[in-house]
Amino acid sequence: MNIIDRRLNPGGKSLSNRQRFLRRAKALVQRAVREGSGERSIGDLERSGEVSIPAEGVREPRLRRSTAAGAHDHILPGNKRFIEGDTIERDSDGSGGGSAPGGDEEGQDDFRFVLSREEFLELFLEDLELPELAKRRLATIETHGFRRAGYSTTGSPMNLAVLRTMRNALSRRIAMRRPKGSDFLPLAQEIELLEGQGEPSDRLTSLKEELARLQQRSRRVPYIDPLDLRYRRLVPVPRPIAQAVMFCLMDVSGSMTEHMKDLAKRFFMLLYVFLTRRYQHVEIVFIRHTHQAKEVDEETFFRSPETGGTVVSSALREMQRIVAERYSPEDWNIYAAQASDGDNAPNDNNACSVLLKDSILPICQYFAYLEVGAEEGRAPAGFLGSRTTLWQTYEPLRDQGAIAMRRVTHRREIYPVFRELFRRGGVEKEATSR
Amino acid sequence: MSPCAGDGLLFQGSDWNFEILQRAYDAIETIAVGELGLNVYPNQIEVITAEQMLDAYASTGMPLFYKHWSFGKHFAFHEAVYRRGLMGLAYEIVINSSPCISYVMEENTATMQTLVMAHAAFGHNHFFKNNYLFKEWTDAEGILDYLEFAKRYIARCEERHGEAAVERLLDAAHALMSHGVHRYPRKKRPDLRSEERRERERHEHREQAYNDLWRTVPSKGAAPQATLSDERRRALLELPQENILYFLEKSAPRLQPWQREILRIIRHIAQYFYPQRQTKVMNEGCATYCHYRILTGLHERGRISDGAFLEFLQSHTNVIRQPEFDDPNYGGINPYALGFAMMQDIERVCAQPTDEDREWFPDIAGSGDSMAVLRDIWSNFRDESFIAQYLSPHLIRRWRMFHLVDDPQDPELTVHAIHDERGYRRIRRMLARQHDIGWTDPDIQVADVDLAGDRRLIVDHSVINGALLHQEDVARVLQHLADLWGYDVILKEVDSATGALVREHTAHARPLFF
Repeated sequence: MNIIDRRLNPGGKSLSNRQRFLRRAKALVQRAVREGSGERSIGDLERSGEVSIPAEGVREPRLRRSTAAGAHDHILPGNKRFIEGDTIERDSDGSGGGSAPGGDEEGQDDFRFVLSREEFLELFLEDLELPELAKRRLATIETHGFRRAGYSTTGSPMNLAVLRTMRNALSRRIAMRRPKGSDFLPLAQEIELLEGQGEPSDRLTSLKEELARLQQRSRRVPYIDPLDLRYRRLVPVPRPIAQAVMFCLMDVSGSMTEHMKDLAKRFFMLLYVFLTRRYQHVEIVFIRHTHQAKEVDEETFFRSPETGGTVVSSALREMQRIVAERYSPEDWNIYAAQASDGDNAPNDNNACSVLLKDSILPICQYFAYLEVGAEEGRAPAGFLGSRTTLWQTYEPLRDQGAIAMRRVTHRREIYPVFRELFRRGGVEKEATSR
Repeated sequence: MSPCAGDGLLFQGSDWNFEILQRAYDAIETIAVGELGLNVYPNQIEVITAEQMLDAYASTGMPLFYKHWSFGKHFAFHEAVYRRGLMGLAYEIVINSSPCISYVMEENTATMQTLVMAHAAFGHNHFFKNNYLFKEWTDAEGILDYLEFAKRYIARCEERHGEAAVERLLDAAHALMSHGVHRYPRKKRPDLRSEERRERERHEHREQAYNDLWRTVPSKGAAPQATLSDERRRALLELPQENILYFLEKSAPRLQPWQREILRIIRHIAQYFYPQRQTKVMNEGCATYCHYRILTGLHERGRISDGAFLEFLQSHTNVIRQPEFDDPNYGGINPYALGFAMMQDIERVCAQPTDEDREWFPDIAGSGDSMAVLRDIWSNFRDESFIAQYLSPHLIRRWRMFHLVDDPQDPELTVHAIHDERGYRRIRRMLARQHDIGWTDPDIQVADVDLAGDRRLIVDHSVINGALLHQEDVARVLQHLADLWGYDVILKEVDSATGALVREHTAHARPLFF
């Protein structure tokens, strides 16, 4: 009998089968993920989750009898009161009804399984991409990293490629017929033997000569020659900047209800999840404003109430200041998302427009404006009278393709709107489609 | 019991280590071989983690298997259920191979490891080695090598012909897998080891015999059609044929050699699992009876403590629990419970028969040596024949079995038989029939095809008691069949009693699907 400990064997034997399954059911899983994301709170997005897909799509059909048609015989244990010839009503609970083993539709249930966090986000954010907007100058700014590129004959000792060097040395030693240790040994032994016998002979002399010749050859052909040395070659490669900062701007004046803030929060969270997928390092700056703007932490941003008028340009100025202070556009990819109910002080609109156009947009990779509306008072889209003042201010900028704008009134619209904004190559399209 | 040298408790507490496993194994072996007279393959016990157990679940318990999305689906399903805490994992998985591999989980306590070794490494192992079905249909020595070959071969096909093509083929083959077995013994014993050699030789021969010149030789035009009688034509194609995969492998006109080979692999694997489906009650009954005898023996000899014995009894009674039909937990007859109850009943008949037993089982009643009788039964029966032969009135009464008929024509369900003099035989016959896969699986056969004509494949299903095939599934499977066959397929559901055509399904081969 053998006892074998298999616990240390590499796990994940089913991984490739699992990937095949996900690939197979991709469309279904994707739909499930997106529908499921409406229900789950956005904070949970990052976590893995259970999804359920219709079993129909991944059914493995077999030739089997339908359990619906035809007569069936059952042998059941636990008879308490029946005698032969008794009849039992159908579908009665307990006595007879419990006997039918499984309905015909057993295969119709949903198929539930758990996606890992990686798998979930992969599907959730698939075919979304960060838009490349007008700031080409920024896109070309790159840092340098190093990448392996074969071997070279020079380099620092730190980069010595030992295996390759030894391989070269070995082949050179073979080619140059450098004597090996095993060549010396029999000679030395025989010499010792003959010397032990004490009398000099021709044999001894020739052996000694042979040994001397071998030793000389071994000295001449070195074990490792500078010729053999090889170094790992590293070439510098340009790397795009892998850090981003995300500005969340929000109007917190009295007109913003909890519902609107919730919508805004969801959008910000989605953007954050998305950015963290694409950048190694993402920082968030929260700026809230009434008639004056302030940088705050997340908790204050979403929670604490504030009253006052509405001057949007104050937030834009604050953002401009922070960028100048901490986030040089040379080193940072800058994303901004602004949420507002669309109100603005009438005399401020012009200032906003100018500020955005001249200072903010040139340094941003992307600027999204999300207009959140009250749930009930939905104005028909495209109806001129419903346009808010801020929307009207931003509209000319959008037509130039510099800013993305959307209006959202219900939680379920957040994700579709988000997808629309970041669809691969979709920004131009959406600009024309509306 | 008289303690002899080396006796004493095998272990204390619930922790185990490899030394304890070895000691427990030796103690079990003494009882299993010495007292119960079991005859087993050499054992190999492998300790695995929960995750590895889930992996094993996904590949039908085998240590290695080819890749297919459906295994990933099963893995995902089991994983989700396990994570939700709805399902505990099995304590062990045992493989019908030589050496016989038993997987045991690392989480098990020392008592549980003892239990699963007695259950799997001796109970199941004995059954695999001695039961006539396993001897007839499986090749325990060759199976692991064959699976290795299958895995490599299918991986190579994926490289050569693309994953999508292989996946389509496997989908189709899996759909027909339950109809890819020979039900009646053939002349040749399964010999999986020669399978790989055969495939290689055929390949080499093809390469050697290939000569491009043959392509350029002008053909003489169609040979004069020898008109065969329908009967002769069917005989040449070995029709009617119930092994659909076998028929496709041999006769499908448009399959490539590698596709035929994969069908053959799936067919062999289906055949390997075929005996297991027919012997659930006996196999589990045998293993459960063995572990019960062995663990009781260990306790009597003072090798395991009272606490350990109680722990064993607790999981033992869980395993053999049979809820009654009106219990919310009722989910059919539990094969462990039925098997164990019948084995114990046979032991009782051998040792203390009543007059009734003498009348019903004259050849074993009072024979005294219950192990010899049981070993003989384990070798020579399958579930259906076992129940038909050995379900005793005593057990029918004890379980209070009754026979209920559910006929959609009638407004009510009818009780046809209960545990009385008139009912015993009827109940026994009906329960045996429910364990006869020849009866529970639909009877589907390839009936006819005219290869020289329109090549339409005709498949018959002989309908019993008006139970037609599941409509949606049959459409899908038929589509797979048509794709493999390459031409139209028609499935006729014919009532076996009246011979009337009840329903007809057709499927058209998708062009260039394979």
